[in-house]
Amino acid sequence: MKNRRSLLAVPYVGWMALFVIAPILIMVVYSFTTAAFDPTLANYTGMGTYTSIFLRSFQLALIATAICLLVGYPLAYVMAKEGPGFQRTATVLIMLPMWVNFLLRTYAWMAILENNGLLNQLFDLIGLFDLINGLFGTDIEFFRMIRTQGAVVLGMVYNYLPFMVLPIYSVIIKLDHSLLEAARDLGADTAGVFRRVILPLSLPGVLSGVTMVFVPSVSTFAISQLLGGGTHMLLGNLIELQFLGGAYNPHLGSAIAMVMMVIVIICMWIMNRFGEGEEQAVVL
Amino acid sequence: MPKELIRLSDCTVSFDGEVVLDKINLYINDKEFLTLLGPSGCGKTTTLRIIGGFQAPTAGDVLFDGVRINDVPPHKRAVNTVFQKYALFPHLNVFENIAFGLRIPKADPETGKREKLSEEEIQRRVMEMLEVVNLKGFERRRVNQLSGGQQQRVAIARALVNQPKVLLLDEPLGALDLKLRKDMQNELKRIQQAMGITFIYVTHDQEEALAMSDTVVVMDQGKIQQIGTPEDIYNEPKNAFVADFIGESNILDGIMRADGVVEIFNRKFQCLDKGFLPDEPVDVVIRPEDVDIVPEDQGQLKGTVTSVTFKGVHYDTIVDFYGFKWLIQTTDFCPVDSHIGIKIDPDGIHVMKKSQYSGLFGDYSSYSEEYDEIGDATLEPEEEEEESHEE
Amino acid sequence: MRKSRRIGSRFFMGLVFLFLYAPILLMIVFSFNAGNSNVVWQGFSLRWYEELFQDRTILQSLYTTLLVSVLATAVATVAGTFAAVGFYSMRRRTRSVLMNVNNIPMMNADIVTGVSLCLLFVAVFGLWNEFAANYRITLNLFGSLYRITFPELSLGFGTMLIAHITFNIPYVILSVGPKLRQMDNNLVDAARDLGCTWMGAFFKVILPEIKPGIVSGALIAFTMSVDDFVISYFTAGSSVSTLAMEIYSMARRRVSPEINAVSTLLFVVVLVLLVVVNLREARAEKAAARRGA
Repeated sequence: MKNRRSLLAVPYVGWMALFVIAPILIMVVYSFTTAAFDPTLANYTGMGTYTSIFLRSFQLALIATAICLLVGYPLAYVMAKEGPGFQRTATVLIMLPMWVNFLLRTYAWMAILENNGLLNQLFDLIGLFDLINGLFGTDIEFFRMIRTQGAVVLGMVYNYLPFMVLPIYSVIIKLDHSLLEAARDLGADTAGVFRRVILPLSLPGVLSGVTMVFVPSVSTFAISQLLGGGTHMLLGNLIELQFLGGAYNPHLGSAIAMVMMVIVIICMWIMNRFGEGEEQAVVL
Repeated sequence: MPKELIRLSDCTVSFDGEVVLDKINLYINDKEFLTLLGPSGCGKTTTLRIIGGFQAPTAGDVLFDGVRINDVPPHKRAVNTVFQKYALFPHLNVFENIAFGLRIPKADPETGKREKLSEEEIQRRVMEMLEVVNLKGFERRRVNQLSGGQQQRVAIARALVNQPKVLLLDEPLGALDLKLRKDMQNELKRIQQAMGITFIYVTHDQEEALAMSDTVVVMDQGKIQQIGTPEDIYNEPKNAFVADFIGESNILDGIMRADGVVEIFNRKFQCLDKGFLPDEPVDVVIRPEDVDIVPEDQGQLKGTVTSVTFKGVHYDTIVDFYGFKWLIQTTDFCPVDSHIGIKIDPDGIHVMKKSQYSGLFGDYSSYSEEYDEIGDATLEPEEEEEESHEE
Repeated sequence: MRKSRRIGSRFFMGLVFLFLYAPILLMIVFSFNAGNSNVVWQGFSLRWYEELFQDRTILQSLYTTLLVSVLATAVATVAGTFAAVGFYSMRRRTRSVLMNVNNIPMMNADIVTGVSLCLLFVAVFGLWNEFAANYRITLNLFGSLYRITFPELSLGFGTMLIAHITFNIPYVILSVGPKLRQMDNNLVDAARDLGCTWMGAFFKVILPEIKPGIVSGALIAFTMSVDDFVISYFTAGSSVSTLAMEIYSMARRRVSPEINAVSTLLFVVVLVLLVVVNLREARAEKAAARRGA
């Protein structure tokens, strides 16, 4: 009977073959062919031109991931220390912004970061510019924030922070309380309990959080378009251009996407070696 | 003269106004094997957590070697715990689990400097411990690859390697099967004697308590019902609860007619108890194995056999005396419906003062085969206490 | 000492939440702005709400967003639940292979998923349209000739829906799976022993057991759908657009403050829904706790 029940999965297996496996295979084919579908390696060999874009993408994504980890881990940790009612509210509060589409929220950041935007208005109001101008004899009226790499990183952190917090939180919350008591019983103080027990045991959550922040960050194109003003081209923008933009060349676009995918997979694989033996963490 | 090590004086714990421990007074001697025994929710685990430092008493004092330690956190107490479900660290192997406490820098009591043990020292002490618990060769194993019994040994080694003055054990054998449990009981007793330290042991299993302890503390409803050696507790239970919880007993209403004379079912029996008021109503305990079956006409009481169960060494025979059902354990087979007489020697009768538990226990009318097993299996040990603690 | 640490952690949480909600607050405030700036406050007005309800493009895109999210969630929840039950009835080996494939859309960058699906649709539709242009069926029915032509296919709502379903199902499976693993296998056997058919056992025993997983899976799927921009962008073609796509194309020119109004409405609706659900849950829990005590 058990086997009969496994038939329930057959439609979805078909669906996966059609809409998960086949698209990737087609992408592979595209990446190795010319516009006339003749086999070629040119899409890959010409990749050197884009080295700077690759480097910039990975650099910004790494910075964003690191910031998310530095902010997200403590947040997840202090959330897990709160009472159950507070915890539920906090979890909902973290999920809630996602219900307003991420592009809407990113767009709102534009108004905050503009040269005459709210943040600069706030700085002006508290007399920050007068202070700086007085101290250094400069003559600035605003900080340039929008259309900088910093704004792009901020957009990444803002959008993907929940993906760092939630997996770490869900691992910490499931930690067996008696393990923490055992550690204290064996002589560890609060810092010791954290360093020797909580931190290593929450590593799977950290790994999945890092993955879930890094992957969308490195491949984003909307954030860099809106907050970077299109001046700091990232991998995502490059790929978008090949498919829906002016530089229409899906074969090259596929190749770039492939290279990005492979690099990400290698990174994840190396990282997972560190957490070897740990069970795979749950995503949300 | 044994030296007193730990004293709880008037310790009370309440969660949200619900009293879990009610003015416990208890002292524990050095090198003693003391067992806290009682049904689930009786407060035994809470008592243990007070000593371990995981639970502060709402009122009362905890003294260690004469010093008040109410506010000393667990990691600064010379006490280590073996947890209910072992609480082994899943990210560490057997060696590192045992070495956990050794790797934490300890402040020297004289100089106050925090010092680390050398790697050789750690290596030596962990290996020594592995030998004590018979786990040599397992040091590189992951803890979740071990059997329940092996995990148990790791948990014990992990606690003992820190050379605590006192080891607290919270139902450590609860998760093991019967055979392994018996082996581990002997093992624990051996380890306790070899290390020469105090063990405080929590269990709901009376056999375990009797077999291992120097002192048994019987608890119920947040109060200590009786403290004594296993023999005392078994032979001289203080009230119907203790009598019923420890072993099988027939508990009857009686009236103390004079010193050494107690009246049951309007018949006078010789006993060894004295010091009661004349004609004081009392509870009388008669252990099933202290009853001799004799031909009907020679018996002090006459009754009818209603059920017989073969138990291996003896028969559990239920006998109806004037509507009250007794359990008698005898090697003589008496068929159902046969009429028998019984004789009880004076030392087989134990008289107790009336208590809140009078009339609740000791009648075998509803006796069935499962009786013992139900008694043992009710116990998701101390679940309620844990929960209220976390809130 | 402990208290100050607690205040510190609350303060830290407050800061992070301020960061998360600052842009949303800004949108809410400026949706009531009389002027058309997102930066300068020019007085209170409901002007943008009025304009919003007359703006067919934005309303249409809002409708598309909600429709695709609801449909994709519904399909993905049902299909994902069945698939999860199927997966957990398989041998461990097979299951782990399939689970790895299942994880691909989740682990892959959105842009890769979007682009590869786009390529698939373009390729398949290209073949189909060539076929449709060259072949037609002619039927002779009751003396009259009927000519059946095949329709031309192009990217649109349907392809976007397929894409959403594809990236939603993995989330449903991931949240139903653990519940299935926790479930006592004997439950189904017991139900069958008591006379259930295997479909009956599914509805009477399995479904109630895994219901919390299904609900949270559906919730995650819906969230992901509403939040998605990238995959829709590559699979929707030029004929339909979601709210996010609308803004993205506006951002190159000028974004109308109507967007603030629509975001505010969305946010308020979600907030009210969540508060209601949470209050009911909390009340039910309290009642259960009281019954338990």
